[in-house]
Amino acid sequence: MKQSKLIAPHPRPRPGAGLLNRSLRSIIELRARAALVLLFTALASSLAIAGVKIEHWVAPSGAKVYFIEARVLPILDVQIDFAAGGAFVPPGKAGLAGLTKGLLEAGAGSLDEEAIAGRLVDIGARLGGGADSDRASVSLRTLVTKPERDAALELMRTVLSAPTFPQSVLEREKARSIASIREAETRPDAIAGKRFAAAIYPDHPYGVSPTVDTVTAITRDDLVDFHRKHYGAKGAVVSIIGDVSRAEAEAIAQRLTEALPPGGGALVPPAVKKPQAATVKVPHPAAQSHVHVGLPAISRGDPDYFPLLVGNYTLGGGGFVSRLMKEVREKRGYAYSVYSYVAPRKLEGPFEIGLQTKREQVGDALKVVNEVLRDYIAKGPTAQELAAAKKNMVDGLALRMDSNAKLLGYLSAIGFYGLPLSYLDDFPAKVNAVTAEQIKSAFARHVKQENLVTVVVAAD
Amino acid sequence: MRSSFAALALFAIAVAPAPTFANPYETKLANGLRVIVKEDRRAPTAVHMVWYRAGSMDEKDGTSGVAHVLEHLMFKGTKTLKSGEFNKRVAEAGGRDNAFTSRDYTAYFQIVPKAALPEMMKLEADRMANLTLDAKEFAAEIKVVMEERRLRTDDNPQALVHETLNSTMFQAHPYRRPIIGWMDDLEHMTWQDARDWYRQWYAPNNAYVVIVGDVDHREVFRLAQKYYGAHKAKALPERKPQNEPEQAGIRRVSVKAPAKLPYLSMAWKAPKLRDLQKDRDPFALEMLAAVLDGHDASRFSKHLVRGSRIAQSAGAGFDGSLRGEATFIIDGQPAEGKTVAELEAALRAEIKRVQDEGVSAEELARVKTQAIAAQTYKRDSLMAQAMEIGGLEASGLHWRDIDVLLEKLKTVTAEEVQAVAKKYFTDDTLTVAVLDPQPVEQSKPRRPSGAVRH
Repeated sequence: MKQSKLIAPHPRPRPGAGLLNRSLRSIIELRARAALVLLFTALASSLAIAGVKIEHWVAPSGAKVYFIEARVLPILDVQIDFAAGGAFVPPGKAGLAGLTKGLLEAGAGSLDEEAIAGRLVDIGARLGGGADSDRASVSLRTLVTKPERDAALELMRTVLSAPTFPQSVLEREKARSIASIREAETRPDAIAGKRFAAAIYPDHPYGVSPTVDTVTAITRDDLVDFHRKHYGAKGAVVSIIGDVSRAEAEAIAQRLTEALPPGGGALVPPAVKKPQAATVKVPHPAAQSHVHVGLPAISRGDPDYFPLLVGNYTLGGGGFVSRLMKEVREKRGYAYSVYSYVAPRKLEGPFEIGLQTKREQVGDALKVVNEVLRDYIAKGPTAQELAAAKKNMVDGLALRMDSNAKLLGYLSAIGFYGLPLSYLDDFPAKVNAVTAEQIKSAFARHVKQENLVTVVVAAD
Repeated sequence: MRSSFAALALFAIAVAPAPTFANPYETKLANGLRVIVKEDRRAPTAVHMVWYRAGSMDEKDGTSGVAHVLEHLMFKGTKTLKSGEFNKRVAEAGGRDNAFTSRDYTAYFQIVPKAALPEMMKLEADRMANLTLDAKEFAAEIKVVMEERRLRTDDNPQALVHETLNSTMFQAHPYRRPIIGWMDDLEHMTWQDARDWYRQWYAPNNAYVVIVGDVDHREVFRLAQKYYGAHKAKALPERKPQNEPEQAGIRRVSVKAPAKLPYLSMAWKAPKLRDLQKDRDPFALEMLAAVLDGHDASRFSKHLVRGSRIAQSAGAGFDGSLRGEATFIIDGQPAEGKTVAELEAALRAEIKRVQDEGVSAEELARVKTQAIAAQTYKRDSLMAQAMEIGGLEASGLHWRDIDVLLEKLKTVTAEEVQAVAKKYFTDDTLTVAVLDPQPVEQSKPRRPSGAVRH
């Protein structure tokens, strides 16, 4: 809403580097390893293998807990994830996951929404989170001084365990949500995103977006029911990083989850069917066409993920050094932003190439994209490209774990997707083990022409 | 090499309520380049930024957007580096890089594992003086910038409103021009325009370096001398003040674009921070903006979005730390079924309420709590710390003022907030810009302006 006062020559990074492009380690741990730190670049892999300090346990409530003690800053971050994303919403109720998460703060226990907002502000704490297709997340950042910390955690416990979902607030938020949907239906980027999801996930909740009808159909009972079924302790993943001890973290995790509803547990969305190759054109008066090319590709934990991730760096994940950027932007000036990403989910998450280009030249741009993709699938990266990709991903680990906020994201993904605790320690070795042959065969298996969907919004 | 004692010492410093140690550190090279280093040793990484005091406000009519175009071209070749090689070197070091252009400055940065810092300084110093610009590179890149304009502005109704708002409220001051440039100016820009810009403004005495991370400032100063020290200072073009004449009467404009919800933006002329010790009004205006829209319990959220439900969204913003002229902006979208006129009346009523009744001590305390917590949270991000230093320097303030600014903010009284609400929110200095939504189905593709089309 606010005016943007900065403009940048590179577009913002797209999703897809994802968890596996990052690593995890207590910052304190690194600081103490002075000798290794000095040699970090050369020894990144051996450093990352040695002694990552993620602590894990199951709270008496049944919640899984992941913890990093990080004592440098007087702050605490906590996130709780539930299998409560859009994929678990009953048919015809798309939007329920987001509304349920959003209305946790609309009233809880004896507090109304103004009291909740006021208390948070008074202690300088921030409550956040959101819902995607797999999970709903509630996150808290607070100072660790005792009155602030205690008050913040108590508030988090209350909104998670005892939301009241007031009817009046629900009506207001439904109206705001419907207004946003109608607005989004006029925007080429939003239209393209929704049409792409629908086209690559036919008859699957991953492909469903909220509409005016589905949001209108949502009732207070739906929220109460969804919360009861999906916000249970047994399915909860608690991630904690900050200036607290293990004993304090144990108490925090239990306190936050002991009063959650009894439901929850391992949930898996229905199986994903691959789409038939197709091109979808949507009329719109925009100056630029918005293009998405892709398909459902890979789930969390699939062994082909590392080859796809490393391979995607060269194709379109590596920013300015990627082939798509060179061919589409640098050589031809067709686009400001062109990228590809792989975003694994509980089930097959998307592989996607995206760009925006002047509508008159979208055919030419799409031809270049398809040539680059076909050539890459057929031949894979060159030895030089593969080495450069590995070097960036391995040496760049340090950047991806240099703040508590970043580490919190990795903790929660490891916990929610059931990845091994050593997963990030293993990262450099896994990246370095990828061969060009593996990349070729992984792309051949997961990015098949027969399933590739193209969506063009604002096509002539 | 640091021992684990160092980590313990840092811990002790980090939890102290008001650190008084010498960090950050600053030096000035003989060629005028200032180097500011903040040691933060939580992780083995570093942020390296170079800020040039040349932004879109320094451009001339006819070549609007050239500051940003040059920024794109800075990623092309130098006398010793092939085009594209800069990004490649950063990527191979495991780093990320980017740059951004504002009205006041242009800045470049790399975030890297700390071992790569010397190479980054070498690369950045190289392109400070040795950029090779040619017609061919320019021809491809200007197309990219035009695509960027289409994406950012031409197909973005709210951005079009902002562009129109700026060009209406400012008539003499260069803030009237969009940072990205008018499309017609981009279409007629030449590689020589970009070259001239580079020759005029890219000089060590018009720049400063900000480095935050796991570094030793003495070593960084040495490297700065080695890499940046070789460049010669230049005589810089004269900067005319271009002050905006006093506005005498409300200005209203509207923009038609394909959209569903209308959008309203109201901008009042306001005083910027000139004298850190004496000025009071800019701080009071900042407090006012925060009372209206600084957090989830602020007045706009509480009264307009949640209470009367007249707004789908509503915001308020004031930035008094800038080179040019300051404005106080209030904006929002009416809720479905409400009109822009109703929203405008409701927003004005909120201002009137502050004028008539003032603000409470509790509201001020909340804003101060937010500001203090934000300073602590900022320390979780190297980039946020580097941006804070760089941004303040760009506005003509100093990194040493960071704590002073916060202290000053804490001294603002309720009476001062009420006084600025009365003083600055008059219709005579107000500009109102409105989005008039058009049905998507009936809209024709927008054709950029300009006589020459390829």
